Amino acid sequence: MAKRIDVSDLNIYYTNFLAVEGVNVSIEPRSITALIGPSGCGKSTFLRSLNRMHEVIPGARVEGKVVIDGQDLYGSDVDPVNVRRQIGMVFQRPNPFPTMSIYDNVVAGVRLNSTRMKKSEMDDLVETSLKGANLWNEVKDRLSRPGSGLSGGQQQRLCIARAIAVEPEVLLMDEPCSALDPISTLAIEDLMMELKDRFTIVIVTHNMQQAARVSEATGFFNLNGVGQPGRLIEFNPTEKIFSNPDQKATEDYISGRFG
Amino acid sequence: MTATKAPTEPPVQRTVRRPGDRIFAGSAKGSGIFILIVLAGVAAFLISEALPALTAPADEIPGGEGLTAYIAPLILGTLLGAVLALIVATPLAVGIALFITYYAPRRVAAVLGYVVDLLAAIPSVVYGFWGLAVVAPRMVPFHEWAADNLSFLPFFAGPASTSGRTMFTVGLVLAVMILPIISAISREVFSQAPALHREAALALGATRWEMIRMAVLPYGKSGVIAGAMLGLGRALGETMAVAIILSGGAGATLNLISNSNPSTIASNIALRFPEATGLGVNTLIASGLVLFVITLVVNMLARWVVNRRADFSGAN
Amino acid sequence: MSTETPLAPIGSTSAASPGPVQTQRRLPRFAAAGLFLAGVAVGALLSALTGFSLALTVLYGVVLGTLAVYAVSRQVEGRRKATDRLVTSLVSTAFAIAMVPLLSLVYTVLDRGLARLDASFFTNSMFRVVGEGGGAYHAIVGTVLITALTTLIAVPIGLLTAIYLVEYGTGRLKKAITFFVDVMTGIPSIVAGLFAFALFTLLFGNDVRLGLMGSVALAVLMIPVVVRSCEEVLKLVPNELREAAYALGVPKWRTVVKVVLPTAIAGLGTGITLAVARVIGETAPLLITVGLITGTNFNPFEGRMATLPVFAYYQLTQPGTATQAFIDRAWTAALVLIMLVMGLNVVARLISRLFAPKTGR
Repeated sequence: MAKRIDVSDLNIYYTNFLAVEGVNVSIEPRSITALIGPSGCGKSTFLRSLNRMHEVIPGARVEGKVVIDGQDLYGSDVDPVNVRRQIGMVFQRPNPFPTMSIYDNVVAGVRLNSTRMKKSEMDDLVETSLKGANLWNEVKDRLSRPGSGLSGGQQQRLCIARAIAVEPEVLLMDEPCSALDPISTLAIEDLMMELKDRFTIVIVTHNMQQAARVSEATGFFNLNGVGQPGRLIEFNPTEKIFSNPDQKATEDYISGRFG
Repeated sequence: MTATKAPTEPPVQRTVRRPGDRIFAGSAKGSGIFILIVLAGVAAFLISEALPALTAPADEIPGGEGLTAYIAPLILGTLLGAVLALIVATPLAVGIALFITYYAPRRVAAVLGYVVDLLAAIPSVVYGFWGLAVVAPRMVPFHEWAADNLSFLPFFAGPASTSGRTMFTVGLVLAVMILPIISAISREVFSQAPALHREAALALGATRWEMIRMAVLPYGKSGVIAGAMLGLGRALGETMAVAIILSGGAGATLNLISNSNPSTIASNIALRFPEATGLGVNTLIASGLVLFVITLVVNMLARWVVNRRADFSGAN
Repeated sequence: MSTETPLAPIGSTSAASPGPVQTQRRLPRFAAAGLFLAGVAVGALLSALTGFSLALTVLYGVVLGTLAVYAVSRQVEGRRKATDRLVTSLVSTAFAIAMVPLLSLVYTVLDRGLARLDASFFTNSMFRVVGEGGGAYHAIVGTVLITALTTLIAVPIGLLTAIYLVEYGTGRLKKAITFFVDVMTGIPSIVAGLFAFALFTLLFGNDVRLGLMGSVALAVLMIPVVVRSCEEVLKLVPNELREAAYALGVPKWRTVVKVVLPTAIAGLGTGITLAVARVIGETAPLLITVGLITGTNFNPFEGRMATLPVFAYYQLTQPGTATQAFIDRAWTAALVLIMLVMGLNVVARLISRLFAPKTGR
């Protein structure tokens, strides 16, 4: 199920502005890969380019290749909608659909695509997805209540349940804990550790301890100055990044001697 | 500064689009374009139906003196009523807007705003009824007083109308009708005046009025102007209230209080159209075209002022 | 300058301490009100001397009351504070003045319209009625049919245009549509009527009068209102929800139809209802496109129809033999029209309250 992602010579533009330049990286399946770096260095942009979400912004485009199991995501005959069905995403702020119940939020991916599904299958999907997101026990008695009534951490796990209900191969997480309190953050981190057996997970985080705690590999993004494109400075096993990085810039950033 | 700009125009990235997306986006875009076509159509059809009147010999136009002579007094009447309404309504509307945004207790302000908006919801034909039955008779004493004391002004030359169904009364009723438009837009811009500036003024020890004069009015000025122009546009095109209240006479006169008022374009159409035939219809449509152009210019100016303000306000 | 009026410390604004003059030189709250009332009393006296009339009493009273407050405040509190008080009363007066026509109008219409507000008004038409009796059944039917048809034309076009502007529009076309929709809101209603007349005359020849013509004219007036209100509401839908749907692999059009529109449904309903309220009372375009008949016509694609506003207008301005009966019917029609419009306003409020998404925030 989980798949490997190969990125080669990826440039990302907003209209004429080069936001991210020359990324080459291989992301291993069934593992957590963390992307760290200062604000505005393009790590979120890069993450969004992995499931073509950045195309939502008018004028955004890429050069280069993103290959998942031999298929180029940016091939001329690839539908971005299908890409996003394979590669799910969880956002910085929890965004359950306010008009839908908890139940409907979980099956939103299925329902919004009008896939026919029996009621019993749907019930099973809700249960497995919520269990997968460690939320089942907390909400099983109030599945018909609005999803926006949950706490922030629960909402975020609901969003994870919603993302894994469409059974993607890769899960992208864009600072999933930055709007949450420490306890909710811990719950999400535990969840990620469980999910990595089934999915390839890529997470953007500002929290270096988090990267160190959960990830197998870490990429450090940086930019030389305002108006300059962001670059992937270093990509290595997390242990190495945090103990003995290859690059001086990485070490400065890790040890807080940045800027 | 290297490599921040792509050297050439970006190649258009062809993305696969689903048929559903294409149909939906297409129909949305089509609707937008359709609206532009309708607006162009309004102009085109009016012109095509007005054309016979534009080319007809002068003596066949109703009145027998040509199109210009027919429409000119109507234009005067239209402008007279609308400008009077504007003069009366603008200061009141600004006062109302200030009252609601900065004077009324916060809890009732929303309700008061809603009440003022109700004025905009009342159909114009009802305003006509009210103007005819209530305002016109009550205005007779003022008409007499004005004819006695203000007759040195061309607007109050008299003789005073005994029914009160004059341009003056029309102007007052129109003022009430455009009041909610002007006050709504003024309210919006006043409430958007930057809190920082307002607090800075108060922190300097300014009274409430000084705060408004320093921080709110300069900021809201163009909004008030735009609101006033939108109100003007509405007053220019108002039909039924004028048609019911005004005892339309002929001739071009600035006199607001006598029985011989020039009619307005819109009310003249409403009164004559149902019985008009042949070239009469074309003449009325030609006058409608003139009204269309006048309101279009006023509205475009107003929108231009609004949009220019939006560019400078830094919002969004 | 500022030495002239030392600022009152916070808390001294309470009117607890007696006497008109405080050490901080501020008027206590009741003093302003009392002075104002005194001014009003003098005004009433003045108007009583010159022949009592309510309007003059109020006029004199407000002017004198305001002046009294200003003068005393100027003596006690200084010029700046006095100006502030003057503006306060001017602004409050402006609001009070605006309430006068609203109250007067509602009172007048109720007072004169209740006379014929009976069952027969809603069940009878004017068919073969020349004097008393009769009703507005035919006109109510016509208004409902024409307004429904208008809504049917205007809402899809308006809503789709709003969707285009918010979800798809870019560049010059978006700017042009936004601008001209704004301009279109200012088209005089009579001009919209002339447009429909000219259009149908060119299509079907002279002297054509249809309910559909009226709907087309009203749609020209309604479309820009629908576009603007729907656009505002759609803009309020958080972008995060769209992104959430895209990330689930939902195509854009389904995202709009199944996520954006349901989220905005309360605002859309309110906006559309208010747009209906805006056109239901329109008279001028119907006067020249639909005309008036005395019987009931259920077919907006065939022949003239009666509508409530036009009915009211002709009943008032062209009364027949039993003048008072016609005038009564006119006022009752006006009352029904106001009730319709106010009812729609209330419905709009209810929609926004009932259908608002239940957010936890």
